[in-house]
Amino acid sequence: MAIPNLLSLITFLPLAGALVILAVKALSRKDDEAVIGTNAKWIALWTTLATLALTIVLLAQFDRTTTDYQFVEKAQWFSYLSYHMGVDGISVLFVALTAFLMPLCILASWTNIKERLVEYMIAFLVLQTAVIGVFTVLDLFLFYMFFEFGLVPMFLIIGIWGGKDRIYASYKFFLYTLLGSVLMLAAMLYMVGVAGTSSIPELAQYEFLAAAQPWLWLAFFASFAVKMPMWPVHTWLPDAHVQAPTAGSVMLAGILLKLGGYGFIRFNLPMFPLASEMFTPFVLTLSVIAIVVTSLIAFRQTDIKKLIAYSSVAHMGFVTMGIFAGNQEGVQGAVYQMISHGLISGALFLCVGVVYDRWHTREIVFYGGLTKLLPHFAFVFLLFTMANVGLPGTSGFVGEILTMTGLYQVSTWAAFVAATGVILSAMYALTLYKRVMYGEVTNEALKGHPDLTAREILIFVPLIVGTIALGVYPAFVFDFTTASVDALVAQYQTLIGG
Amino acid sequence: MQTLVTLLVLAPALGALIAGLFGRRIGNTLSQGVTTGLLFLSCALSWYVFAQHTWGGLEPFTVKLLDFINIGTFQSAWSIRIDALSATMLIVVTSVSSLVHLYSWGYMAEDPSKPRFFAYLSLFTFAMLMLVTAADFMQLFFGWEGVGLASYLLIGFWFHKDSASSAAIKAFVVNRVGDFGFALGIMTIYWQFGTINFAELFPLLASKEATSWAFLSWHFSALDLAAFLLFIGAMGKSAQFFLHTWLPDAMEGPTPVSALIHAATMVTAGVYMVCLLSPLFELAPVAKMIVTYVGAITAIFAASIGFTQNDIKRVIAFSTCSQLGYMFFAAGVGAYEAAMFHLFTHAFFKALLFLGAGSVIHGMHHEQDMRNMGGLYKYLPATYAVMMIGTIAITGLGIPYTQIGFAGFFSKDTIIETAWAAAGTPQGMFAFWIGVVAALLTAFYSWRLIFMTFHGKKQWEHGHDDHHSHDEAHGDHAHAAVAHHDDHAHDDHAHDDHGHGHHAHTPHESPLVMLIPLFVLSVGAVAAGFVFAPYFVGDHAHDFWGHAIFHGPHNHVLHDAHHIEEKWVKFAPLVVTLLGTLGAVYYYLMRPDVPKAMAAKQGGFYRFLYNKWYFDELYQVVFVKGSKALGDFFWKILDVKIIDGLGPNGVAATALKSAKNLVKSQTGFLYHYAFVMFLGIAGLLTWVVFFLAR
Repeated sequence: MAIPNLLSLITFLPLAGALVILAVKALSRKDDEAVIGTNAKWIALWTTLATLALTIVLLAQFDRTTTDYQFVEKAQWFSYLSYHMGVDGISVLFVALTAFLMPLCILASWTNIKERLVEYMIAFLVLQTAVIGVFTVLDLFLFYMFFEFGLVPMFLIIGIWGGKDRIYASYKFFLYTLLGSVLMLAAMLYMVGVAGTSSIPELAQYEFLAAAQPWLWLAFFASFAVKMPMWPVHTWLPDAHVQAPTAGSVMLAGILLKLGGYGFIRFNLPMFPLASEMFTPFVLTLSVIAIVVTSLIAFRQTDIKKLIAYSSVAHMGFVTMGIFAGNQEGVQGAVYQMISHGLISGALFLCVGVVYDRWHTREIVFYGGLTKLLPHFAFVFLLFTMANVGLPGTSGFVGEILTMTGLYQVSTWAAFVAATGVILSAMYALTLYKRVMYGEVTNEALKGHPDLTAREILIFVPLIVGTIALGVYPAFVFDFTTASVDALVAQYQTLIGG
Repeated sequence: MQTLVTLLVLAPALGALIAGLFGRRIGNTLSQGVTTGLLFLSCALSWYVFAQHTWGGLEPFTVKLLDFINIGTFQSAWSIRIDALSATMLIVVTSVSSLVHLYSWGYMAEDPSKPRFFAYLSLFTFAMLMLVTAADFMQLFFGWEGVGLASYLLIGFWFHKDSASSAAIKAFVVNRVGDFGFALGIMTIYWQFGTINFAELFPLLASKEATSWAFLSWHFSALDLAAFLLFIGAMGKSAQFFLHTWLPDAMEGPTPVSALIHAATMVTAGVYMVCLLSPLFELAPVAKMIVTYVGAITAIFAASIGFTQNDIKRVIAFSTCSQLGYMFFAAGVGAYEAAMFHLFTHAFFKALLFLGAGSVIHGMHHEQDMRNMGGLYKYLPATYAVMMIGTIAITGLGIPYTQIGFAGFFSKDTIIETAWAAAGTPQGMFAFWIGVVAALLTAFYSWRLIFMTFHGKKQWEHGHDDHHSHDEAHGDHAHAAVAHHDDHAHDDHAHDDHGHGHHAHTPHESPLVMLIPLFVLSVGAVAAGFVFAPYFVGDHAHDFWGHAIFHGPHNHVLHDAHHIEEKWVKFAPLVVTLLGTLGAVYYYLMRPDVPKAMAAKQGGFYRFLYNKWYFDELYQVVFVKGSKALGDFFWKILDVKIIDGLGPNGVAATALKSAKNLVKSQTGFLYHYAFVMFLGIAGLLTWVVFFLAR
């Protein structure tokens, strides 16, 4: 059964859900806040589940053998601005990841958000539309709009429902991203000017002047590097994570960080291949610095969330180095690593949420010996800790080994340094696990809280299944990506004469 | 046969899943019953496969189960590879594992988390089976890290003890250092040959014999480089010199774990890998030389520490480390068959010694310090008997030129003889002499353990307060040891439940469920040598190994070892073993006051050995403190002061000031920015549409 305008439906269904919440609120009695809140939660949950269902249809109907964009919708609006949508084997997985994580985010916020619940749910639904839009649109300006627009609900989520330093954190987030965006927009205007089209597939075939490529590349790089985030423009991330509510962190680490990597793959590599090749040593250097430096920083953190945030930066280092290795192994590994990290980091932040909801602190020293008190949680947290250190059999391994393999061909030095990340990640992740979960229960305040609730188990089970399934049978991802990535790499290698 | 081997490998995984996920529901008895039952099934199948291979004419084969990572030519699959090497490992792993499962019924009887323990044991066995049956580097790496995970979980099984969870982390991280080299080795192979599948790789190796490869700006022989990097992985897993520090600490795990993982199976994975990759190592002379030196140095280094340690498990741990050194230098001189043979016999007598030590510890109510034992032979007669067998087996007692001897005689003497056969090279000569001297030390520390534990005065009848004062003389490190013993007193939860005082009870013999595995292993320690020597290293060796082990055209060490003309070479191991034994008899039976006085005197050399050559202290300062200091620097100086200070905070400070004047509420402040952004986007769009479009 073919659903017409499936992509538009998936993209805008969450927005429609947000409008329904507003409408229901308007129709409800003003004083009945509890009912309004409950309604908002359920509407949000059903909306995200419906989006997920549609996404599963999308995956099922997706033709994995072709490199063309599929489910294309195109309508010329006026002049350069057209409504142009479509997905290939890379973007379709990011749509799926977003649709997969969102119901979990709603569930994770089920009881711990007490204020402005309606607005909160609306913010998440709007965020979902914005993020899915980034992955589905094929028009440069629409891309820019969705890309920037997605930040607004995120600012709000951090700024309104965040911790006590939320204003500083959201301000830092804003400042960093603004800087990158302005440059990117300027580059986009130039590109449309010379190429005469704003269609992303057409721009990917257009050969920009060799002299212009470095500037365009840098402009896009500025924006995407901040999103990744790459060292040294990463310092907004730990603050944003620490202040964000649990579900906000899940979206931030799971999806928003992927915008940068997606951008590199969609824009920098195919559109400015000469510049990409030229800047490869620069990117690889920053990537391996990120892996080593942020891993060492993670080792010293005293706040659980901050530690995991720094660990995210290190893992994103694998992504950037894989992309700019520019070979099959590297790029496939990078795409895989992003999907896998979406699951694992999302799950880790949910784990932090579990303890934060119970004891309202993220200080590592407060905890200790939790394994005895919360055995089910101990299992879940251990599993994702191991996935985070890249244990084979979990999805964390595949991306790391492939990106390193890809990198090894380009630079043995970089691969050598990156591989030390494998040691460092074990150091910080296992030390964290030990300090929180092992030992005797010395803090009396820890006692008297229940193990994982049914709702929490319901959140973790899909993530566990996903992490293991992808780890044992990575073809779940590669079946989709192989055709598109191969074509991309082949084109890139031809253009740089490699 | 294909279904059979699939079942063989997956049965322990099934057991682990059942006990791990439903252990609480189905209860202790069922959990241990299911895991142990499945393990014995696996063991029976393994012996069937091994028998079919050895006597039934079963040809090597590979079953492909499922694709794993397939990118371009980076092709790997979940598969089960059966050949002489893997068949040997199958019986080693499943035999020891099933006996250890059974033994744990008794040893862990009073532990509150039995399902978890048995789940971990079975998980380990599954990972180990995946490792030995891998047909490509990815599955090998999966098994490699999988056993590392199980080791981490089991070392830290008593996670409430800080020493246990620290040891678990140490084991994992040090192994990761090895895996770091391993991963780079795999990548080198991949970019040289475009495949990571063993069957595809091996025929290609010779084509690159003269190729050089630039790694970190230096040029190496590609094959030497790959072999060396892979060997770093082996060094980590098999606790070889430099990467050995985790193994003694791993003794924090329950004793059955030490027997299974840290003696018989996991730690031998490195030896197995080198033998599996014999086609590569045969073409990598430099790497082979490094393997020989590292193995030989480990053999003597670990033995030298072994005879100063007082913790019964640590003595055996260093003994393991030393024996692994033997296996490596055997492989290094090209006698892979001898290495595998020693791996095989060692599994039986070392598992026996560990489980015997476990029986002692159990009988002594979780006492591990040999200085607090003595005179136990009357109280644990069966344990004493099997420990004697194990000790004779490890010291390698046997009569040269005959087929009479214990297991270790056949395998260890073969190794020493192959080293002699390779003595034309400096490393061969080095390995030979080290092998002989280490055999003397082995005999000495092994008998020292027996005498201190089972003979002499009963040190457990009076309290061990005097030992505390004695301990404190050891300086810092000994303080750790004291704390360690106190831990054990607390850890004694099982016996505390019964109201046992620490030394109030006389030692008792272990239950039958623990003794039966010991008896079975004793049979192995006696018979594994003379029964299997003809197949592993003797007349049938060529047929037995088939194509599983490759020899270069100039490698005849095994053949030469059988035709050594110098009689003294044949007798040297026996002579030094007897010397070592006599030394132990003199110092620990006749004059036990002498070593005590030596320990009390705290000579420099003694302290050096007792503190394990100060490796832990060195690594602590260089790596642990180093990375902490670097981490602090990168975080507090680079991130906070420099990046944030120059970037967002500098800007933010000024901007926030003005923003505060403009915007009253905090949320309003955010909406304000959102609003400005919308305006901006709208403005830009307008500009695009009306001006650019023209």
